[in-house]
Amino acid sequence: MHPFGYLRADSLEAALGADAERAVFIAGGTCLVDLMRLGVMKPERLIDLNRLSLDRVVETEQGVSIGALVRNSALAEHTAIRTRYRALSEALLSGASPQLRNRATVGGNLMQRTRCAYFRNSFPRCNKLVPGSGCAAFDGENREHAILGGSEHCIAVHPSDMCVAMVAFEAQIRLRSKQGERVVPIGEFHLLPGRRPDVETVLAPGEIITEVMLPAVPFFARSRYVKARDRASYEFALASAAVALDVVGGTIRAARVALGGVGTKPWRSREAEQILMGRAPNGPAFEEAARAALAQVAPRPHNAFKVVLAQKTLVRALEQAANA
Amino acid sequence: MKAFTGQGLDRVDGRLKVTGAAEYSADVPVANVAYAVIIGSAIASGKIARIDVDAARSAPGVLAVLTSANAPKPAGASAKGPQNGRVLQFLQDDRVYYDGQPVAVVVADTLERAQGAASLVEVTYETSPPSVTLDPTSSEAYAPEKLVRDPTDSHRGDFDAAFARAPVTVDATYTTPCQNHNPIELHATIAVWQGDDKLTLYDATQGVFGVKRKIARLFGLAETNVRVISKFLGGGFGCKGTPWSHVPIAAMAAKVVGRPVKVVITRQQMFAFVGHRPPTIQRVSLGATHDGKLTAIRHALVSHTSRFDEFVEGSAVVSRSLYACPNVETSHRLVRLDVATPTFMRAPGECTGNFALESAMDELGYALGMDPIALRLKNEADRDGDTDKPWSSRSLRQCYEHGAALFGWSRRSREPRSMRDGKWLVGFGVATATYPVHRSAASASARVKADGTAVVQSATQDIGTGTYTIMTQIAADALGLPFEHVRFELGDTAFPEAPMSAGSQTAASTGPAVQRAGLAARRQIAELAVADAASPLHGLSVTELDAKDGALFIKSDPARRDTMADVIRRNGGRDVFVEAKATEGEERKKYAMRSFGAEFAEVRVDPDLGEVRVARLLGVFGAGKILNEKTGKSQMLGGMVWGIGFALTERTRYDVRDGRVITRDLADYLVPVEADVPEVEIAFVDEVDAHVNELGAKGIGEVGLTGAIAAIGNAVFHATGKRVRDLPITVDKLI
Repeated sequence: MHPFGYLRADSLEAALGADAERAVFIAGGTCLVDLMRLGVMKPERLIDLNRLSLDRVVETEQGVSIGALVRNSALAEHTAIRTRYRALSEALLSGASPQLRNRATVGGNLMQRTRCAYFRNSFPRCNKLVPGSGCAAFDGENREHAILGGSEHCIAVHPSDMCVAMVAFEAQIRLRSKQGERVVPIGEFHLLPGRRPDVETVLAPGEIITEVMLPAVPFFARSRYVKARDRASYEFALASAAVALDVVGGTIRAARVALGGVGTKPWRSREAEQILMGRAPNGPAFEEAARAALAQVAPRPHNAFKVVLAQKTLVRALEQAANA
Repeated sequence: MKAFTGQGLDRVDGRLKVTGAAEYSADVPVANVAYAVIIGSAIASGKIARIDVDAARSAPGVLAVLTSANAPKPAGASAKGPQNGRVLQFLQDDRVYYDGQPVAVVVADTLERAQGAASLVEVTYETSPPSVTLDPTSSEAYAPEKLVRDPTDSHRGDFDAAFARAPVTVDATYTTPCQNHNPIELHATIAVWQGDDKLTLYDATQGVFGVKRKIARLFGLAETNVRVISKFLGGGFGCKGTPWSHVPIAAMAAKVVGRPVKVVITRQQMFAFVGHRPPTIQRVSLGATHDGKLTAIRHALVSHTSRFDEFVEGSAVVSRSLYACPNVETSHRLVRLDVATPTFMRAPGECTGNFALESAMDELGYALGMDPIALRLKNEADRDGDTDKPWSSRSLRQCYEHGAALFGWSRRSREPRSMRDGKWLVGFGVATATYPVHRSAASASARVKADGTAVVQSATQDIGTGTYTIMTQIAADALGLPFEHVRFELGDTAFPEAPMSAGSQTAASTGPAVQRAGLAARRQIAELAVADAASPLHGLSVTELDAKDGALFIKSDPARRDTMADVIRRNGGRDVFVEAKATEGEERKKYAMRSFGAEFAEVRVDPDLGEVRVARLLGVFGAGKILNEKTGKSQMLGGMVWGIGFALTERTRYDVRDGRVITRDLADYLVPVEADVPEVEIAFVDEVDAHVNELGAKGIGEVGLTGAIAAIGNAVFHATGKRVRDLPITVDKLI
């Protein structure tokens, strides 16, 4: 591990102090410490946020406010999440292991970095690590890589389960910096790789995620998360889907569809949502929606199976939500 | 009182392990130890052009930076002839043969400083285009001289004619991927020099004597001047069988810095220079009569080895003798690639080969319209067709009959895709398990003290299998002492020599030596007693005596007894000490020896998402005398769980463009987690084998894996109607 400085912040103000722009913030550390040990991330300085009081889940009339330091396990088990945003609870519980979920935070999960083996092993050609060096995965071993949202510069898949459900629920992310506060919709928080895969989010240097807000939408209670993977537990998604359905009188009045394991960012499919509107909640609509969600794919030689897998995963999630 | 041998006693080292008190090689406290970090090559083929070590050398705490430019050239490093194990790379030249080959070593006063300095070393290479893809049609494929114990090829009868005539045939190619051993305990060595020519190694090894010989040879030392100690092993599975490059590196580095040096390799390096199971491409061709009698078997393997050394995965050997068949042809071919040298990995040969053979047998069952168990029993071999010897024992029929009843095999409907549980497709599969009985010469000593306790020693190893426990059981029975009064010690070349803990041979090799030492010590005490006027046994013949619970007694009158402690005390109180050696007799000339079993799997497959979940596993084995049912079942359980990973998840992947391994940790190299492991049931049939060895024990470390893989694959076919011949069976192959 590379030597680094360390500051434990006792308040948000202290965390945002003088050198925040040059530091990396650490919360649960489940991703960051791993990458530091691998030598992939070499921060000069860590600012530890764990002492900040950002660890509460509060239900309001506008929805649910989640502190950035709420642990994944606490969020997954929270009654409001289990009942009003079920897909989010399911997504969280499908990720990692109990030990990791006890440690990992909501803010940290928003910042989770890709599992691309070329990236994690610091192989020579990786535009995330060394901009302009190329993408070894594009013509290399890319079975686990993205089929949506990639470019020739990067096809690394976004690994989070939590973010997929939050994208479906249109979460808002509150950010604080010395300059003040802003709120960013989660759909705009993560960036497509384009020509700059090393820039993964809109988070500015020195900016801290303080809160995630979920809007109060009744039909989000009728939501599901389905995840397909290479083993039964403790494994990232090959494809996943978070869906919510508003079904009234046998007709879908509104739908939310997001995909994981297939995109370079947590993938919202408004195309699928459009198709579902006004349709009966059953096979033909679900399959049409699934095809639409994957219409813009750009698979590589080893990951073409994900197109079908993602469609079937989405159909399964829609079926489960319809039957809920 | 019942014999200790055969009882399911708790591990004698269990408390030490669960309390963290067991001292593994890297845990041994050694004063003034320094830490070495090995830097691996970042190319798979070529030469080192330049290594810039200046920054590393001047980093804090650094004691030495070694490269091929300044590393010592030990006396025996360039000697030709038998290598006593693998050809190693420890900075002797600038060639690079595979990804991750050791190219530099940083030694510092702390591990963190060594790691920090290692990140400052800059290596530049002259790269040659590597080749890491196994091509079965390669013109460079060659026939190795021999396999580990068996000939490379075999011919019996006339395969071609029989296959051409056979009314029902299967002809298919099965492939298994490259795999890497991943014991929890990483390879670790601490090297401590005493002066210039004496060396002690605390080494995580399955064979202390093998390490001693290899290192003595490489460094030009007298064998008596090298001591190797390995008290506990956190798993070996074959990769710790022979020493790899980090062992001479530790010794060399310790010499250079004039301090003891510790090397613990990284998880990433488990995928580099410490062996792997090579990929296999196996063509299996079976011919049978309409009623299911095998008339022709051909099994041809192509696998890889490194550019500079040779290892053959003996996959086709199993087809020579598992079933009765007059016309059998087998072959093994190798292609040299820019990869590290493969090595033994749990059930080498048998697990890959039996996956192919037992998958082909399943396919033959469908082609014949015959139940897979009936097909196997129809072809039961009452002799080993390869050697034409009778089996020392073979209980395969009993295993199948007992297993079918336990598993509920009759509930299986024959057609693929015919069983469901809700949305899940359900499949039942079965396969034969088999592994040969190996044995090597072994020695042990027994020391009985005046307090009636004994210390029994042998330089065997406990690789997590329960050797400490079963040897204590054997020794207590042989000595006639209470179990608690016997301490068994192992893992030290200062003790009488025993073979490598590999090939499922430890119980069958070291067990008889321990038994012999115990019996000889008991006899010596009995001789003291019958010659001792003060003994109630005075004047008797030792053949009239038996011993139990620390006392000698007359067989015909157990009340006449004398405790061994009293006998020794009355005769000067000196320890009674004997050393004994046990070797194989003529039995292998007369009998073929194998363990057999029947393994059953029930899987559930998601018809849409292609996910396979193993719902149940059952293994029924005939493996001779089970010395300890508890540790014995654990051995089988471990093997069968590995079968799940082998069938469904494990594979080492290379980037074929640069020949580098991209699966470098347990996040990318998937093994089963708790949720993947279902109810696993294990049963043993009562098998009395009077021929294998004095204990009647066949060895159980590996057989559990050999049937589970095909059983799971066959169950997946039964569930889905899809025959996946290329392991692992992943989602993408089923949707």
